[in-house]
Amino acid sequence: MKTLVIADHDNGQLKPETSKTINAAVKLGFAVDVLVQGADISGMANDVALMDGVSNVLVADDAAYAHQLAENTADLVLSLASDYSHIVASATTTGKNFMPRVAALLDVAQVSEIIDVVDAETFKRPIYAGNAIATVKSLDTKKVITVRASSFDLQNEQTAAPITTISSSLENALSSFVSVEQTESERPELTAAEVVISGGRGMQNGENFALLNGIADKLGAAIGASRAAVDAGFVPNDMQVGQTGKIVAPNLYIAVGISGAIQHLAGMKDSKVIVAINKDPDAPIFQVADYGLVADLFDVLPELESAL
Amino acid sequence: MKVLVPIKRVIDYNVKARVKSDNSDVDLTNVKMAMNPFCEIAIEEAIRLKEAGTATEVVAVTIGAKASQEQLRTALALGADKAIHIETEEKLESLHVAKLLAKIVEQESPELVILGKQSIDSDNNQTGQMLAALTNRGQGTFASKVDVDSGTVKVTREVDGGLQTVELKLPAIVTTDLRLNEPRYASLPNIMKAKRKPLEVIAADSLGVDLAPRIQLVSVNEPAKRTGGIVVEDVAQLVEKLKTEAKVI
Repeated sequence: MKTLVIADHDNGQLKPETSKTINAAVKLGFAVDVLVQGADISGMANDVALMDGVSNVLVADDAAYAHQLAENTADLVLSLASDYSHIVASATTTGKNFMPRVAALLDVAQVSEIIDVVDAETFKRPIYAGNAIATVKSLDTKKVITVRASSFDLQNEQTAAPITTISSSLENALSSFVSVEQTESERPELTAAEVVISGGRGMQNGENFALLNGIADKLGAAIGASRAAVDAGFVPNDMQVGQTGKIVAPNLYIAVGISGAIQHLAGMKDSKVIVAINKDPDAPIFQVADYGLVADLFDVLPELESAL
Repeated sequence: MKVLVPIKRVIDYNVKARVKSDNSDVDLTNVKMAMNPFCEIAIEEAIRLKEAGTATEVVAVTIGAKASQEQLRTALALGADKAIHIETEEKLESLHVAKLLAKIVEQESPELVILGKQSIDSDNNQTGQMLAALTNRGQGTFASKVDVDSGTVKVTREVDGGLQTVELKLPAIVTTDLRLNEPRYASLPNIMKAKRKPLEVIAADSLGVDLAPRIQLVSVNEPAKRTGGIVVEDVAQLVEKLKTEAKVI
């Protein structure tokens, strides 16, 4: 019984989800190997080798894996699968993309977005936008699992694990990469930030999101948004926090002009401390907020910035 | 080009799910049901492809109990040409659904299958990817833009950090993200017309797919409740509380 974790990265930088997913994998109780796949990734492989609990790092460094296409990645993982009882990846857009393909090719069910490991075959996962927690037992001999990273801690450092190079170049004939358009940001990554400040429809337009900048700078916070703000075109979609966007669990979450719809709460209600700033005292967000301030955000935000 | 759109009947997205008192599952008796929002987007995209002259036929398919025919009728009212109901009373997993859909793909041979990226009940986000694997087709998941060309489809995908565009050979599988389009409403005349459109019923058992459970639902519980907070008077008090009481800044 061994576990294979597939590292998550954005072609150059290892994502913090990788470390947290390794933590979840360690809880399964078996030796953990980590596959780092992509092009020009040796730096990241060294970083993974230093994470506590990692037995071996497997490196598949080839142009075929440069853009992490699901078809190539799934075939690569499949080629390694026979040695492992558990195959684990982060529930990021990358993991969500290729893992079900791996599961189907192995003819096993996938357990998506686990938030807790009960034992090697039993897991907890949220369903119905986080309004219920299901405990599920996988009956398949091989388990394919994705992990909600925000539910697990980062791994500590250890002495470097050995690194093995895999010479493999599985280029598929079904799909090809065309282009990528990255959202530029100086701020911490939303899913990894200790503090998140999010704006909703109450921000009224995209320009007003600048009101959050000063506060985010002072708190070292990432800036998020509700689906309403994204749908209204105020901000790009990768800032969306919610059931259909990113799941965050920071120490402090500040919701500004966000009503608190089920879909938004699903993405942030595991935050340690929640602050809500809203002029509607009946907004559902106040039912989950530790500290609520009923006020006009346009009065409050500049005040908050200068008070910090 | 034929487009197949699998859809799912789920709890209405505005309804807060309640856990049964015996913790066996979520209580769905007398709860408002509707088409999964991501599936509505998939139907809308297929209809738009038809209106643009790219698609010639749109087939909607669902798997579930008899009541899910309601959602098929909705799909027909929105503009699908025909519907297929794979009838089963069993609660199926994504892998089963993907296997049953693979049989329908074999039967109908659509050039494009458009699914929602996830259902809002099980939140699995698996079926499209599994179907792509089982039918050996390329996959364009979390699509916010779909451009069909001759023999290929370009899909712009919503990924962490931005957008990624991939090109898939047809036939292919696409799953929809929320920003792909804004679904239309069905008009009354179209709802009336939908009643006369063909709806084929196939028993799930007749398709030769092993539907034995692979995942056992042990229990379903309420999530940990957050303790009610306090309302502060002003910004000064808020900052003070965050510093001294919550100690988060």
